[in-house]
Formats: sequence, C-alpha cells, structure tokens
Amino acid sequence: MAVTLKINGGDVALDIPNDTPLLWAVRDELDLKGTKFGCGIGMCGACTVHVNGVAQRSCITPVGSVADASITTIEGLSAEGEHPLQQAWIATQTPQCGYCQSGQIMQAASLLATNANPTDADIDSAMGGNLCRCMAYTRIKKAIKMAASRKALANNVGAEVTLG
Amino acid sequence: MDKQIHVASDSAVTHSQGVTRRGFMIGSLGASVAMAMVPAALLGGCAEEVLNTQPFEPTVWYSIDPSGAISVRVTKAEMGQHVGTALARIVAEELEADWDAVSIDYVDTDARYGAYLTGGSWSIWTSFDQLSRAGAAGRVALIAEGARLLGVEPGKCVAESSQVVCGNVQISYGEIVAKGQLSRTYTDEQLASLPLKDAKDRKLVGVDTLALDVPAKSQGTAIYGIDASLEGMVYAKPLLPPTRYGSVVRSVDDSAANSVKGYQQALVLDDPSNSVPGWVLVIADSYHAAQRAAQVIEVDWQGGATTGVQEADIFARADEQISGGEGALVLDDDGVDAAFESAEQVLEARYTTNTALHFQLEPVNAIGVQRDGKWELHTGAQWQSLSMPVYAKALGEPEENIVMRTHLLGGGFGRRLNGDYGVPALLAAKALGKPVKVVLSREDDSRFDSPRSPSVQHLRMALDANNQLLGMQHAASAGWPTAELASFFLATGSNGEKYDPFSINGADHWYDVGAHQVRAVMNDLAQQTFRPGWLRSVAPGWTNWASESFMDEVAHSGGVDPLAFRQGLLTAEGKNAGSAPNAVGGAKRMSNVLARAAEKAGWGTALPQGQGMGIACTFGQERAMPTWTACVAEVSVDADSGAVTLNKLTIVIDAGSIVHPDGALAQTEGAALWGASLALHEGTTFVDGQVKDTNLGGYRPMRMGDVPQLDIEFVASDEQPVGLGEPATTVVGPAIGNAIFAATGARVRHLPIRPDAVKQAISETEMA
Repeated sequence: MAVTLKINGGDVALDIPNDTPLLWAVRDELDLKGTKFGCGIGMCGACTVHVNGVAQRSCITPVGSVADASITTIEGLSAEGEHPLQQAWIATQTPQCGYCQSGQIMQAASLLATNANPTDADIDSAMGGNLCRCMAYTRIKKAIKMAASRKALANNVGAEVTLG
Repeated sequence: MDKQIHVASDSAVTHSQGVTRRGFMIGSLGASVAMAMVPAALLGGCAEEVLNTQPFEPTVWYSIDPSGAISVRVTKAEMGQHVGTALARIVAEELEADWDAVSIDYVDTDARYGAYLTGGSWSIWTSFDQLSRAGAAGRVALIAEGARLLGVEPGKCVAESSQVVCGNVQISYGEIVAKGQLSRTYTDEQLASLPLKDAKDRKLVGVDTLALDVPAKSQGTAIYGIDASLEGMVYAKPLLPPTRYGSVVRSVDDSAANSVKGYQQALVLDDPSNSVPGWVLVIADSYHAAQRAAQVIEVDWQGGATTGVQEADIFARADEQISGGEGALVLDDDGVDAAFESAEQVLEARYTTNTALHFQLEPVNAIGVQRDGKWELHTGAQWQSLSMPVYAKALGEPEENIVMRTHLLGGGFGRRLNGDYGVPALLAAKALGKPVKVVLSREDDSRFDSPRSPSVQHLRMALDANNQLLGMQHAASAGWPTAELASFFLATGSNGEKYDPFSINGADHWYDVGAHQVRAVMNDLAQQTFRPGWLRSVAPGWTNWASESFMDEVAHSGGVDPLAFRQGLLTAEGKNAGSAPNAVGGAKRMSNVLARAAEKAGWGTALPQGQGMGIACTFGQERAMPTWTACVAEVSVDADSGAVTLNKLTIVIDAGSIVHPDGALAQTEGAALWGASLALHEGTTFVDGQVKDTNLGGYRPMRMGDVPQLDIEFVASDEQPVGLGEPATTVVGPAIGNAIFAATGARVRHLPIRPDAVKQAISETEMA
C-alpha cells in the first residue's frame, strides 16, 4: 500500500493506507510537525496545507487523493521562514499560543496568491474557516494586509522588502 | 497536601512577595555564574555547593556565561501570553543587561525550582518584586567585581548594557564572569534594601519589544506537547466511558480491529488515582491506526450514577440549594436582614449560564515513558505541582521519580491546570513497558474537558423610599474546580462552611451597597457529573455577568443612568478604600476607568433605532489583586430575529505598571473577544450526563467575521503590576447584555445570549 507524495519539492514513498489523512502522513510519517491537529473534521484550519498551491484541510484529505499533486506545508512555504506573511506575522506580533498560526499563514498565502490586495470582506471570507482560539484575529488581519501591501510595493519597485 | 504547594499557593493568593524567608546567592556553576533566590537557611553554605545541589525559590534563577549570554530560567507555561519575555525583561531591567544577550530556558520540573503554577493572571504580579531584586543583586555584584578587575572604585562605576563602566574604561559581564570571582550572598533584608529604579528610568519594563516566542510560532518550528516524539513509542487514542466518574469496563470486543493495519491492542486502564476511571486506550503503530481501530472496538461499560443528568437538572438542583439557604457565607455584613426587612422596595433577579468549554486548539495529550529508572511525562501543563502527586499515586512511585518535560501549550485558558490527561500516558507506559503517546481526539477533549460549570445565581437589592441602597444579597451555585482538585485552596465562610474562592470571586465587588451578603454554594450534582474546570477568569465569568447586569437593572429601575449609578456607588470609602501595594486608591480607580471608557465610547450619544450601548466593569478575579477594567459595548439588535451584532468594544484597564505593553494589549484583545465569544457564540449543555457539543459543528467560538471594532487603552500608572490575561474576559458579557437592554428595552439574564432568548425578551417587553 505504498503511496508516493510530492511534498515541499521532494518525492517521498510511504507504506501507509490510501485513506490515511494527509495530516498524519505529514506529521508522523514525515516528521513535519508544523501542520497541526485541531478538530479532525476540517473546521478549524490548523491542519491547512497547500495542494497545488491551494489551501486544503489535510485532516480530511486522504493521501491517496493527492498522490499526483504538489503539496506544500508550512516548512516548505519559504526556505528560511521568511515569506512576507511570516515576516508580517512577526512584525505585528500576531501569534499568541501560536498553535493555529501555521494554518492561518497557509490559508492567507493561498488567498494572496489569487488576490494580491484583498479587502476586509475578502479576508473575512477567506479566513472564516480558520479558528484562532486565542482570538488574535485583529492582528491576523493586520498582518495579511501588511504582507499584501509590502508585496505590492516589492512588485512595483522590483526589490526585496524587509519588514521591520 | 504537599508542603511545597502550600507555601507557594499561600504566597500566590495573599502576597505579591513570597512568605518564606529567602536570600540571594551568586556563585559558579560550571563555567557560568548562577544567580538565584534560595531559602534563607541555605545562605550560610558554600555558594557553589548550594547552587549546584539545593532548592531555589520559585521562578528566580538566571545565569551568565563567559560569552555574556544570559539565560533566564522560567517555570511558567508559555501558552500565548509571552510570559517568558515579560519575566526576563524584569530581570534584565535591574541587571542592566543587554537585552540581545538574554534568552529564556523553560525548565522541566525539578523540586529545586519550587512550585510550578501558571494561572490566575498571577505570573507578573507574584514575580515582579522578586525578579527586580534578583536583577539588582546581580548588578551590584557585577559592579563590585568589575570595579575590582578594572582597579577602580565601585562607587564610580555604573552598569549599562551588560557592561560595567567607569569613565572611559569598561568591562563586559562576560569578561567579569570569565576572569572574576563572583561569589556572594544577600539576606532578605539586604535584598529589600537594594536600590531599585524609579519608573521613569526604566529602559525595558514598559517598553515594547518583540516577544521571544513569536518567530518560531510564525515559522512552524515551535514545538508543542503534541509534537514531542520518542524513539520506539506507540500511539494511543482513548475510548471514553459514559460518565466522568464511576464507570466500569465490563468487556471489550476488539475482534473487528484486528484487521486494522497497525492496531496492537485495547488496554483497560487500572488507575489508582481515579483520574481516568473506565478509560480504555486503543494502542497502535500510528495515531491514525488507533483512530481507525477505535471506531470498530466495542466496549461494554457499566455507567456511573450520572448517565441521566441533564443541564436542566443541574439548574434545578442549584435553585433548590440556593432557596434552601445552603452554602458558605463569604460576606455577611451586619444588618443584612434588617436592611431587607425595612426595605421599601426589594429588587430580585435570577441569572444563569450554560456549560462552556475551554476548546484550547491543541487537544490534550502526553507521552509517558520510563527511562533510566525515572518516569517522564512529555506534555504542556499549567500546574505541574498539582499534578505530580496525582501521577505519583497513579504510578505507585515517589514523586522524586517523576519528571515533567516542558513544552509549549497550544492554548491553556485553565484547561491544563488539571493534569488528568497525563495519567493515561503514564499508566499505559507502565503497562506496556514502552513510551506511549496519548492524544485525545477533539471530541474526546470536549467530552472530558473540565468545563466551566453551569451556574445559577439569585441577586436581591434592598432600597429605601428614596431609592437608596440598603443591602444586597448574592447567592451563586456552580461546580467548584478547587473542591475537586485543590482542596487546600478552600476558604472558610463566616458560618463555618468551606467554599471555593475561585468560584465566587467577583461577587465581593467594590461598590457601596449597604449591608452586603455573598453566599457560595457548591452544586453537588454538577460536581458528580463532570470535573469542573478553571476557565479563563473562573467565577467572574458568571458572578460578574450577574452583578453587572443587576447593577444595570437597579439603575434603570430607579431611572438613573447606569454609569452615574455606578459612579455613585464607587466612593472608595471604608472597605473599598483600597490598600498598598496592590489596591492603592481602591474603588476610585474603578470609577476612573469607567469614566474614561464612557468618554472614549461617546457614552450618552443618541444611537439609531435598534442600537444601544451598555457599560460594565470588573476588577478581574481577586480583590487582593484588582485589575480595574471597564467596558462599553455597542450592539445592533434585529428585533424580528433577535440576532445581536456586536459593533464595538471600548475597554479601559488600569493594571498598574505594564511590563510588556504590546503583550498586554494582545492579551486584552484576546480576552475581550473571548468574552464576546462566550456571550454570543459559545456554550453547550449536558445531555444524558455528557457534553452535547463536542466539535465545531455545534460548538462555535467566534470567527474573524464576527470580530467587532476594538478600542483598548491602559491607564498610565507606576503602581504595582497586577494581572492581565483574564479581566477583559468577564466584563464584555454584561456590557453586551446591558447594551441589548439599551437597544431594545429587553433584559436577557442567561449566557450565552441566543437570538431566540432576545426575541422572547423583546416580546415580553412589548406585552408588559
């Protein structure tokens, strides 16, 4: 029952059943612990990863269904953890307990990939499935806007921008 | 109960500075120099020997190595409050340390570090003075030794940015550690006489900084308990019995699980500590395999006595107890009976709250293992000192043979004060002879959460012919977490009955209401049905809902503006005058935050039809540590559906000195939204002895789209720092209820506030 997955740019073969949730393959087979288990029914968003660049709940995604897809976890979002969203998360001091934040960042990255300058309503809509139990919502929103504006700025001037 | 817990607990509750006599010791620890609070009795010993072998006072220990790196040991749980950063800043301030050289070490349990407890918003309050003096003691010693090495007078030296400077020569702390002879002790009196900075000279305390725990949490590299992993471990998912207590396993049929790849066995736990009676663990090679097997294993339980208990039964029992005069008299001023007998008018109201869950996002979990003759528990925890004796009992091992390995907490909120989830991991590790990682599913976690108890409260106010208050009675019935788990914390009422202070805090408010009586009742049916928990702020989650709603009702009954009514009762006279160091100014500071919140929110401005503002205040949890907090909520109510939209929360807090301003703001943002979520979105009920809503389909904490505008302000103050993690949680609910009244004329007296209840209240108002 071997499954081959493309994760964070590499191929891995796992001897696990096809119906194993991607979450547990990522966490316990591949030891990528940044993706979290929260509710197990796809309603909290802590387990969010990218499947072909789109945010998806790994806890309800069987590995068999993504064998041909390209999967990205928080560890693969950027080489040094310096994605504009991650920098904005630090600049705004968004995380409290931090447990949901990998999922929040992956969800937000998926949003910004298709909507470079989201409105408040766009953000509420895209992020509505991601629970932050510490309720750091105002900072999550602020960080997304900061990353979007810095990204836009970077695109305009063609230069890297470091968030302070 | 363990003596160590007693000492630390007493000091936490009644003093901001410990009750034991202590001293301070500086000496070598390997190549580094350690600086630590120690019991006074050890001061006569050799510093090196004491520091290497003897117990330290809680929370205060740091070391400096020859490179100048400063490591501050922290015994507090890091669960979102950035507590390590705040504690380290306090030390570094007086040490005159280069902040960039400071790191935090979250230590495992060790009897040498004293008690481990993170709760009650106490961390800064209980540590501020000790940490400041620990930093100052280090600074003085470093200056003396630095001066000696430089060949100058210590009096001509100053310390700054991890250097001792004398005119144009200087020596770094690292060099002093490397070249010098730092060995010194301070008595309690010497510590007390150390010069501490004026507030105006502070460089770190009260100044924003980036919290040290944030980068890893933004990069997916932070390690929580659930991320711990040990070589050779197996995974376990519990099968939970039908009742929290008293269930017995009659039989287990796992025949269908044998075809699940990776399934190993079903383990019926035998628990001498009675923490997890009737639990069965499904053991497998992977968590997913354990989950799959759990779905097809049939367990036949003999349920406990509470299989038929409904939420309404718990309410009914509470009413019966309150009406029957049961409980402990927490306050019983002279003249209460006379006040009510002579009253021209008596106002009465009954308030209720449903069960609420912690729903911390990381489900509780733990790894148990025995290594090198010692038992280890890898998990996130808030009250290790409470849990260690429980683990010792479960294992039948002395406490010295157990160590808890510290991890980040994916949310605490009081859930992880109760360490019951560590027991199955240890029992399974013992039974199987290998490391076992137990992870509760979300549904498991909710079902056997230690929830906030449902509560019932009866409030009465006696008024004379001129609408002046003569007396107030407040009786509250709820499950008491402290009675179940930490009975050494129980207090004794004036009638000799025991009570849980954490389950009645808040009712002992700072208003002058005449003769005041407060009665605390333990709901025995609640106590039997579930294990009541400490949920963010604990009692004020219900007591403040009742008392601040009732104040609003009494004000409106007399035709008085609710803000003016409160101000008139906050005279700061007599028992409400306050005292040093924690409550300087007393009720006047509450009056001040109310006035400021009202001003900021535009209190009194006319709002469109269907909108309203409500005001409320809280002093946090204990009168001994008041955090003066006021809130104005602005809501819109749809009269047809009863739906409430929370538009804005204005919150003003006087918490004395603020150590980490941005962290304080973050805590208040989260606490305020918690309050709103508990008021409008969350809540569940007991049905047939179990929590009804166990996952996000039915249990619905606030989401981003529900977030109101927030306007939060801290009063500039140099007073004693008090707690900040909780107070905003309990001020929001009554402010919302009062705003609904302002918008509609309808009064809601139950949390959570559901549209149907609002609609019903509106229709009753229209009929009246």
